[in-house]
Amino acid sequence: MPGFDFSNYNRNAALHARGVPLPKATSTGTTIVGCIYDKGVVIAADTRATSGPIVADKNCEKLHYIAPKIWCAGAGTAADTEFTTALISSNVELHSLSTGRDPRVITCMTMLKQHLFRYQGHIGAYLVVAGVDPTGTGLYTVHAHGSTDKLPYVTMGSGSLAAMSVFESTWQPDLDRDGAVSLCAEAIKAGIFNDLGSGSNVDVCVIEKDKPTQLLRNYEKPNERGTKERNYRFPRGTTAVLNERVINKEDMKKYVTIENLSGDTNLAENMEVDS
Amino acid sequence: MVSSHGVSGMLGEDGIHVDMNHLKSGEVNMAINFKDGVILGADSRTTTGAYIANRVTDKLTQVHDTIWCCRSGSAADTQAVADIVSYHLNMYGVVNDEAPSTQVAASLFQELCYENKDALSAGIIIAGYDPRHGGQVYSIPLGGSLHKQSFAIGGSGSTYIYGYTDAHWKEQMTEQEGIDFVRSALSEAIKWDGSSGGVIRMVVLTNKGAVRHLYLPDNGYTGPGVTN
Repeated sequence: MPGFDFSNYNRNAALHARGVPLPKATSTGTTIVGCIYDKGVVIAADTRATSGPIVADKNCEKLHYIAPKIWCAGAGTAADTEFTTALISSNVELHSLSTGRDPRVITCMTMLKQHLFRYQGHIGAYLVVAGVDPTGTGLYTVHAHGSTDKLPYVTMGSGSLAAMSVFESTWQPDLDRDGAVSLCAEAIKAGIFNDLGSGSNVDVCVIEKDKPTQLLRNYEKPNERGTKERNYRFPRGTTAVLNERVINKEDMKKYVTIENLSGDTNLAENMEVDS
Repeated sequence: MVSSHGVSGMLGEDGIHVDMNHLKSGEVNMAINFKDGVILGADSRTTTGAYIANRVTDKLTQVHDTIWCCRSGSAADTQAVADIVSYHLNMYGVVNDEAPSTQVAASLFQELCYENKDALSAGIIIAGYDPRHGGQVYSIPLGGSLHKQSFAIGGSGSTYIYGYTDAHWKEQMTEQEGIDFVRSALSEAIKWDGSSGGVIRMVVLTNKGAVRHLYLPDNGYTGPGVTN
């Protein structure tokens, strides 16, 4: 039979009617921020990725590359932010190759909003787009449904309320590079400490005209695991030995087959589970 | 249990779930005719549920030199519609070597709003000035109908000022009278409507072009006035 097969639609509807929940996506309960300053723009993000109540990644990267001087911070569904930024990055590069000009932030923002609007919010990508181009500095937010805002300072994600409270109380119009970086880091830390969905470290990206873009990975690590002051390991001899019996190899051969391994004696050491 | 017409509804663990994260904008806006042209005015609040996502939003959107619109409803929908209309009007201007009339712009908006009525939540007021017809105001409410009016109000806050605008409306006002009319009506709507607020933005369209105004809550919406 040629054509499309819609049988899975009925299966899913029946499954859902019986109370089977939809699969859970890894979402970045996130704090992301952005702020412009006299010569450029700064974006920052926390590094926690969550799957329901579980911290799926303690040090993930939420700052995505679009072009050398356009970067994007992503909140929402992790996979969606990753793939939409990768797709738009690819299209932005092709566009800049075809026009022979440096890509513009507003072009990137328009491509993102039109892509997201077409999917009516089903692509759960909430983005902060920032960069410098021949027209100047650009800073935008793009919501999953395709709406955009242009502001001098922005926050997004579940920690956006905590982060915005920092901006609204301490932002000033005449910021320099270092002022903008520390203000963004301070806003992210408000998200890390006051929002359960956000945590771990602060990533920062600084984009300035006529300067290479700086990705300051783990710019601040306010949650480093400290050495424990006490431990619960019992000293040898804590448990009394009631009796002791030594069985040698020869005796054991009566019950089991013993085979000697050649060469490497610690095979288990070489079997790495985690990289 | 299963949503059969899920335009904005989503299948969640608990059956139908309406997405509260949809950004709503344009809670009060209006456009009026006066002696020499038209004036558009709007508040600046954009909300996501109970959170103000943007307190200084610009809901007055240019779609051609002297054709502007006030957006209300879903921010994503109205921005998408305005972008499409803007594209078509720019093409019209180049192809015909003549600026489009306000009516052409209004018809383009209506086409999009009516044909996609099931997928859109957009209430748009179009106002424009062209030398042949002077200032004109058109309103397109939710269903996609088109109404030519001497003045139009829209958004959730507009319900509070139907009486006010009706009682104070005068034909052929001067520019200053028109500005005062819009400013006082919008500040009244902001006062009573919780989902309206922020600053008042205005655009005055005459044969001299477009002039932007800004009125801040700091001084009771009395200034600073012209901003370009």
